[in-house]
Amino acid sequence: MTLALQFLNVALAITFVALAIGQIMAMVRLVLGPTSGDRVLALDTMVINALGLVIVLGIHQGVQIYFEVALLIAMLGFVSTVAMARFILRGDIIE
Amino acid sequence: MTAQIIGTYFVCLSLIIGSGFVLVGAIGLLKFNDPMTRLHAPTKVGTVGIGMLLVASIIHSFDIGEPSTHEVLIMAFLFVTAPISANFIAKVNIHRRACETPPEPQRDDTWSTLSVPQGQDEA
Repeated sequence: MTLALQFLNVALAITFVALAIGQIMAMVRLVLGPTSGDRVLALDTMVINALGLVIVLGIHQGVQIYFEVALLIAMLGFVSTVAMARFILRGDIIE
Repeated sequence: MTAQIIGTYFVCLSLIIGSGFVLVGAIGLLKFNDPMTRLHAPTKVGTVGIGMLLVASIIHSFDIGEPSTHEVLIMAFLFVTAPISANFIAKVNIHRRACETPPEPQRDDTWSTLSVPQGQDEA
């Protein structure tokens, strides 16, 4: 059991690092642009990476409460992506 | 080799696969050189990457003795919403003429996102 738990700790560390690197790369794309579609896409990717970080944190602590957090982040991320894209398309969100 | 140990190894495998797909999506988002090409890379993060992390979470919940499968809800939500947001971002790219404009449609005058209503100047 101890060997398996050591493997789990290593895998959790690798996943945390991968998600953080992904977050930084999306942030670089957010700063570089060049078009507004790229910026919306980078923000969408950052929301999804944050969702993954919350899930892996829940595995790390062995707690179930992070499920609600992840579901709320997923819903808010989708709504904000659609709102931003619609604002660029129409100049207005709710017409 | 009890079932718990095998479950822990499956959690490790799912985490590694998920983090690999997350990295691939991030590298694609950063390295591709065309807005429409960049659009396709982060979809792997949303579906397979986060999907494998959620599978790991489900197996882990069975492992520690509090079984729950409600992570499937997040997976279903992401699978449903990813194409919708990708479609919206593609429409933004066409609208801002950030990509090559698609060929003229056969029956209508132009694509709806590019058409200008009567009596309005193009913004």
